[in-house]
Amino acid sequence: MTMPLLELRQITVSFDGFLALRDLNLNLKPGELRAVIGPNGAGKTTFLDVITGKTTPSEGDVMFKGRSLLGTREHRIARLGIGRKFQSPRVFEKLSVQENLALAVSCPKQPWSLLVGGLNASQRDQVHHLMSIVNLQNRADWAAGSLSHGQKQWLEIAMLVGQDPDLLLVDEPVAGLTDEETDLTADLLKSLAGDHTVLVIEHDMEFIRRLESPVTVLHQGHVLCEGTMDQVQADPRVIEVYLGTTQEDNG
Amino acid sequence: MFESFTTRTKQRFCWPQLLLWVVVIAVIVAAPVVLPVFRLNLLGRFLSLAIVALGIDLIWGFTGLLSLGQGIFFAVGGYAAAMYLQLNSSEGQPNGIPEFFSLYGVDRLPFFWEPFHNPVFTLIAIWFVPALLAAVLGNMVFRNRIKGVYFSILTQAALLVFFNFFNGQQKLINGTNGLKTDVTQLFGQMIGSPEMQRGFFWLTCLMVFLTWFFVRWVVRGRFGDVLIAIRDDEPRLRFTGFNPTLFKTIVFAIAGGLAGIGGALFTVQSGIVSPQYMAVPFSIEMVIWVAVGGRGTLVGAIFGAVAIMYTKSLVSEAWPQGWLFIQGGLFILVVTALPEGVIGWLKSDGPRNLLSRIGFVRPIGTYPQLEMDGQDEVQT
Ligand SMILES: Nc1ncnc2c1ncn2[C@@H]1O[C@H](COP(=O)(O)OP(=O)(O)OP(=O)(O)O)[C@@H](O)[C@H]1O
Ligand SMILES: [Mg+2]
Repeated sequence: MTMPLLELRQITVSFDGFLALRDLNLNLKPGELRAVIGPNGAGKTTFLDVITGKTTPSEGDVMFKGRSLLGTREHRIARLGIGRKFQSPRVFEKLSVQENLALAVSCPKQPWSLLVGGLNASQRDQVHHLMSIVNLQNRADWAAGSLSHGQKQWLEIAMLVGQDPDLLLVDEPVAGLTDEETDLTADLLKSLAGDHTVLVIEHDMEFIRRLESPVTVLHQGHVLCEGTMDQVQADPRVIEVYLGTTQEDNG
Repeated sequence: MFESFTTRTKQRFCWPQLLLWVVVIAVIVAAPVVLPVFRLNLLGRFLSLAIVALGIDLIWGFTGLLSLGQGIFFAVGGYAAAMYLQLNSSEGQPNGIPEFFSLYGVDRLPFFWEPFHNPVFTLIAIWFVPALLAAVLGNMVFRNRIKGVYFSILTQAALLVFFNFFNGQQKLINGTNGLKTDVTQLFGQMIGSPEMQRGFFWLTCLMVFLTWFFVRWVVRGRFGDVLIAIRDDEPRLRFTGFNPTLFKTIVFAIAGGLAGIGGALFTVQSGIVSPQYMAVPFSIEMVIWVAVGGRGTLVGAIFGAVAIMYTKSLVSEAWPQGWLFIQGGLFILVVTALPEGVIGWLKSDGPRNLLSRIGFVRPIGTYPQLEMDGQDEVQT
């Protein structure tokens, strides 16, 4: 059995007594593609916050490549090979598309190397390649802030890929994208899996189905069940959770 | 056809900027000939303030760190220069140490004065000591992730601490009286002499140019992009693998070093350095120069410092109480009408918009290319 790339052990996160995550366990194997679903407020984003060092769990441990991430600062976690796309797209609005991507592909990310040199040839190619993947090549010099919501989503996905992490944490990548773009994003993420480990959070069930990956259902900060999309959708507990929230929403 | 959408104002070449450079160079070349020594000296002092303003533009305009304490570094640079000059001119004095010490019964030079016998040490200390101080102070604040208005308040608090400390240290640095430089000697000449002052004017002009080139080099390219990214969304930058604390410490140290250089040049052209250089209003004025000139535009910082200070000196001569009103008005004007500052406004097609508003130029539609697209469709 291969060692998991990422291992969450009994994670509990408490916000002033409110348990956003309760005794959460989750393993990701190298090269795996995993989808995480769950109703609003289930704790999906919080659990990415724990992995990336934004939130410190009150209990439990996060292991990445066999070492604990607790107490490691965010930029160090990122350099260890964990990249993240945020739920609402977060790009550097005053920088151009090209500059956003240039920062993502820069390596090393130390002040002196950024000051004295430009991108090398392969990094420049990588930037152009990324722009063509996400269809932003004729927006290269636009300020990222002037892009549409969907374009920002794609730019942030491209930045994530450009960072070349071992583990990609993708929070709601297709919100605000057209059906066609959604399909393209699914294909992109699928093609990344294998070389990379990818964890996708999404509410769009068609998109999840297209990923053809194991699905983990999160509910009230806890793993409700795991399985294929069909298994999960047939699970009475999942139906109850989703219907329950729908009824609450309606009422 | 997409060009007109570009909202970036950074690094864009445009004619007002070129025009401004022509004016600046013309003024510098003509100044020593045209201006009486008194005015030339004023201009030299204001140009040394432009160096400070460039540093503030780097940390505030680009990185979003509003420091209200640049007076600390400015004064420290000034003291470093003044200490050397005092030592250099104290041979005939009792105990061979600067004259003021005898007022307080001090007969031995305080230890930290000793290295300032050395001109090379002094030239390095002028920028290195303030830069180091800024790095230490800045790092303490940045590593604790203190941001925004709390950072500004802390810098101002630090300014007050230094102000009071320097004010109280008669036996070390002549306290509130400060250190005089105009009657000291350099190269066997009096610092206050017209020849020396002209020399300092040229030196200041040179330093402004060098500083401008240096800061431009810093903000161009990816390092500058990181600074803008810090201003935009610092947490996001961490998750991309950059350490914002390090970058902020570096630029804050650079700005501190530049303030020190500006302070030293200002001191030798003013004839004195005193704790008044660390007065709270002065450090706030420094920020206003950059705001009025244009945050994020280097030319704006230089222009803001020189133009405002020169206007201030002219107004104060004619109407001593008036300047505060004008300065306040300028600040309100910038906050309400020209948030990008004067140079930022010129760069962002401000003049055209103004002319079109008062009816001189036909306004261009917001999306001219859409109109054209429509015509194309009709034709085909
Ligand atoms: N910083 C915080 N302080 C207090 N409560 C928080 C904080 N962050 C999240 N929460 C709470 O934790 C719970 C889980 O939030 P989280 O953002 O992880 O949900 P989610 O599964 O990502 O939901 P969505 O699908 O709407 O994005 C929510 O009830 C939220 O209100
Ligand atoms: Mg979420």
